[in-house]
Amino acid sequence: MTWIHEILSVFLATLRDVAPIVAVIVFFQLVIIRRPFSHLKDLIIGMSYVILGITFFLVGLDKALFPLGTVMAEQLTSAEFINPTTDQSISIAWQDYMWVYIFAACIGFATTLAEPSLIAVAIKASQISAGAINAWYLRLAVSVGVAFGIALGTYRIVSGTELYLYIIAGYIVVIIQTMFAPKLIIGLAYDSGGVTTSTVTVPLVTALGIGLASSIPGRNPLLDGFGLIAFASLFPIIAVLAYAQLTDWLAQRAANKSSE
Amino acid sequence: MFNIKNKFVRQLFGSLTDLLPIFVVIFVFQIFVLRQPVPNLADIAIGTAFVVLGLTLFIQGLEKSLFPIGEHMAYAFAKKGSLFWLLAFGFALGFGTTAAEPALIAVADEAARIAAGGGMIEATEEAKLSYALGLRFTVATSVGFAILLGVLRILRGWPLHYLIIPGYMGVVIMTFFAPSEIIGIAYDSGGVTTSTITVPLVTALGVGLASAIRGRNPMTDGFGLIAFASLTPMIFVMAYGMII
Repeated sequence: MTWIHEILSVFLATLRDVAPIVAVIVFFQLVIIRRPFSHLKDLIIGMSYVILGITFFLVGLDKALFPLGTVMAEQLTSAEFINPTTDQSISIAWQDYMWVYIFAACIGFATTLAEPSLIAVAIKASQISAGAINAWYLRLAVSVGVAFGIALGTYRIVSGTELYLYIIAGYIVVIIQTMFAPKLIIGLAYDSGGVTTSTVTVPLVTALGIGLASSIPGRNPLLDGFGLIAFASLFPIIAVLAYAQLTDWLAQRAANKSSE
Repeated sequence: MFNIKNKFVRQLFGSLTDLLPIFVVIFVFQIFVLRQPVPNLADIAIGTAFVVLGLTLFIQGLEKSLFPIGEHMAYAFAKKGSLFWLLAFGFALGFGTTAAEPALIAVADEAARIAAGGGMIEATEEAKLSYALGLRFTVATSVGFAILLGVLRILRGWPLHYLIIPGYMGVVIMTFFAPSEIIGIAYDSGGVTTSTITVPLVTALGVGLASAIRGRNPMTDGFGLIAFASLTPMIFVMAYGMII
């Protein structure tokens, strides 16, 4: 019974999220463009797939992954796990949190790979580049970026350094990369920063950030718990630009070799 | 019929592979690092089946609905040739999808609590509610503005980084003047605005516009709308924090 109840409530919530989008589209199509929808039947079927898909996806995550994932994030960041033997009053060094960084990187990588909006963008990019951009490699690059970003973000919470220093440094790297990266990839790279953080990544990463900020003395969970999402949006840009630069460089080197 | 089923089954396996890393990470950490048994195996098995099915349905529906809608709207507006209505559509799409976004509602409530704790606003329920609502409308307006600007960029063919890099600089400069309580929220609000339904729709719109307009390349010009939608909230939220 609880399953059915949960499915229904998530389904209604998804419908409510979709409603404004459908309203905007229907208004502009019928009132401004003044033409009926073509393939209306396909659109309705497809839209029901999307809504049902998101419903099952969210209910499944809620039942299977989020409880375990959030408890795990809390346990890994708890003082008993970090430092079981020594006196709590002795200050803890940042190296003691090694498992937290590793967990942050792994969970960032794994959740990004399953992120539906990233899959959608990767499919589109592969379609319009006629396969020149491999959807799988793109998702891999983005996931590596998120993994690195979240690991660094947890280190920042542990060390208590200022958020903006990291973000500004990251922006400078992006600007320098933009000057040298192939022009074709820039739009896609910038976009991949925004798509990484939706349904799967945000809840787990937020639990990790808040757990970490509450377990370390001197950190305010409300202030220091924020900021991980910013890391997860910035580093994929760097990773995708780096991926494009790398493939570009490899292709050039191969071309140089064959011309010799 | 056989063909469709086959495709569905293939997609099902694809989704399973996509989700496998999450399970590997969680099980390995639970058993080897935390050294604890995995609780509620039955729930996890059913939940997993749901997640796999959901992802498969979503991807199937994507190609049938969200992608074609975005592209058809782009072509129809390009044919109609009315700049005003295209920009109005962009703004409405950005504003409408963001104002009701659950992730944003959660962040706005959190932000109101922080602001009340930091003495920026009065610690009454009323003040917090109006602060959270103001923040939500600020972010929704900024995303509407972002899509509008992004669409205009595609039409005019401006290079994306000419707009994004000054935007970054704006974020950096504002960071020094905005109240410190709001900075973390502002940075995060850029990430929470783009939902699972908005992203495919907006991407298809951008790519469709760039394909419909002569002289634009869908690859270089079509992407970038999401980038604007993640950038402008940071600027608008910091401005909100400075004004209130």
